[in-house]
Amino acid sequence: MKSGALTEAEESTWVEKTGRVVEAHQDLVRPKVQLLLALICGLVVLVILAIAVGSYDISLLKILRSLLGFENGPQRIVVWDIRMPRIVAALVAGCGLGLSGLATQSLLRNPLASPFTLGISQGAAFGAAFSIVVMGAGRMQESALRTADANSFTVHSIYAVTLFAFLGAITATVVILILARFKKMSPEAIILAGIALSSLFTSGTILVQYFATEVEIARVVFWTFGDVARSNWREIGLLGFVTVLVLAYFVFNRWNLNAITTGEETARGLGVDVNRVRLLGMFLAALVAALATAFHGIIAFLGLLAPHIGRRLAGADHALLIPYACVIGAMVLLFADTLGRMLVGSGTLPVGVLTSFMGAPVFLYLLVRGLNR
Amino acid sequence: MNLKVVGIQFSYNHSPVLDGISFNLARGQILGVLGVNGAGKSTLLKCLNRILSPKTGSILLNEFDVHKMCQNEVARHFGYVPQKYPEESFTVFDAVLLGRKPYIKWSASAHDLMIVEDILRRLNIENLAQRPANQLSGGELQKVVIGRALAQEPDVLLLDEPTSNLDLKNQLQVINIISRAVREYNISAIVSLHDINLALRFVDHFLMLKGGVVHFLSPKEMVTPADIEEVYGVRVIMSQVNGHKIIVPMDVEPERSLE
Repeated sequence: MKSGALTEAEESTWVEKTGRVVEAHQDLVRPKVQLLLALICGLVVLVILAIAVGSYDISLLKILRSLLGFENGPQRIVVWDIRMPRIVAALVAGCGLGLSGLATQSLLRNPLASPFTLGISQGAAFGAAFSIVVMGAGRMQESALRTADANSFTVHSIYAVTLFAFLGAITATVVILILARFKKMSPEAIILAGIALSSLFTSGTILVQYFATEVEIARVVFWTFGDVARSNWREIGLLGFVTVLVLAYFVFNRWNLNAITTGEETARGLGVDVNRVRLLGMFLAALVAALATAFHGIIAFLGLLAPHIGRRLAGADHALLIPYACVIGAMVLLFADTLGRMLVGSGTLPVGVLTSFMGAPVFLYLLVRGLNR
Repeated sequence: MNLKVVGIQFSYNHSPVLDGISFNLARGQILGVLGVNGAGKSTLLKCLNRILSPKTGSILLNEFDVHKMCQNEVARHFGYVPQKYPEESFTVFDAVLLGRKPYIKWSASAHDLMIVEDILRRLNIENLAQRPANQLSGGELQKVVIGRALAQEPDVLLLDEPTSNLDLKNQLQVINIISRAVREYNISAIVSLHDINLALRFVDHFLMLKGGVVHFLSPKEMVTPADIEEVYGVRVIMSQVNGHKIIVPMDVEPERSLE
């Protein structure tokens, strides 16, 4: 080579090996891991505060004794049967929606994607409303509107509502995947398609309500508000179980997710079976969003918000992003739910309303800040 | 090491793009793939590392059939730099580390990290290591993406128009990087290019694609103005400046007037 575009100084660094660059890289990663641990500690504190908040005063000592099983009597009932179910539900749903949002964003390489903006949540809500009103699943589910009455919520109705919610969610997902894969639509166009799907499913839900009895309408309307207070331990357990499985899948595929965010061709050049990972990943993300929606209604913006806060704090590596999105999702949802309980006193404000109020401005703020960076 | 490509055919929706491409490439050699827009240069590169599946034909690397390898194995033999890639927000270090993906089972080993550092130093971008890739200039980003392909520790480097959209200095730096990588890692490279003069500076062989077939395949010294005229439909003259062979295009036949 004659052309001397590389200078002598560049030549001298050619073979030098010191590990300094690796160290600098690790110095950059370490505080992100520490911050994650701090967030998890913060989440634990938030859980304890959330148990303490409410019309029935419980001291911190009693809370700890109840949690460890040393307390009997009313404190134990308040902690375990009234407050813990909704707290755990918030943690599980928040974690699941954060994960689902992160996965849809990365798999579609679309920062605006989330179960809510793609119409997946609305599809699930329509499916669930359909099964409640048309299939009559809700007649058995009536008591599920009140908090924590596990026995009257039969296995049959869980599965009916869940199945239909999932069918609705997967319908939306399939449409989005077809548009993204075969029509090669831009990210913005995909979101517009998501808006169209949302309106379609929302009007479907309204149509179902139109043919419903007044009691059923009340039930569906109440049901479509996102709320973590209506689920029982069985539903929480099911959502938790599925979320953990899906989480494991994405943790195992974190390098594949990283590769896919650099573009489809690069990912395939790196040995990633893009179609399989994308299809299975979207299916699992939709499953989690569908279950969360079936049990808790539409919790808006959380799936969009949690991964974006995660990206700001953790960067682009999914090894960190996945736990960040989960922890932040859980934190935001639990915080919103607890705030809702504090604001309304003995009653509750549905958490979906609060996540919208918190989510929309924070998201706008993140966008604006992002443009200036 | 020897790459042996025999009779590659590929069609997009029944319209043939490649119609029987064959060539051999020895270790340490750079093959420049040239041809007009739409001649199938990118398609050929993507067929080689199975991003696209050719209809017929075989690709043998050291007598091993590439079609019998799993996708990860292919990625350990072929490093690929696409023509276009979306913006990414990884740090430069993480972006190059991703090239170790075909080797990583659970998480990156110390060996993987040292390879990345070594590559960053070789490409002289170690000072950018902690910068997000979306804050880089086009030339810096191209080096990062080439670095990622080198981290795959390939036998063959596939580069799809690596110099388009780069300024003069970056073009020269990129071709130097490719030449050096081929020499120092003792690998081979297949580079699709539009710039014939740039190709004349660093490739060993020319493969000219026309109408889905190899129009000619020869050492660059053998390329004549007549060959280039036939492929591009432009009259050219060939000359020497400071020891560099250059091609100067004459005027094309004017298109039909707009009036």
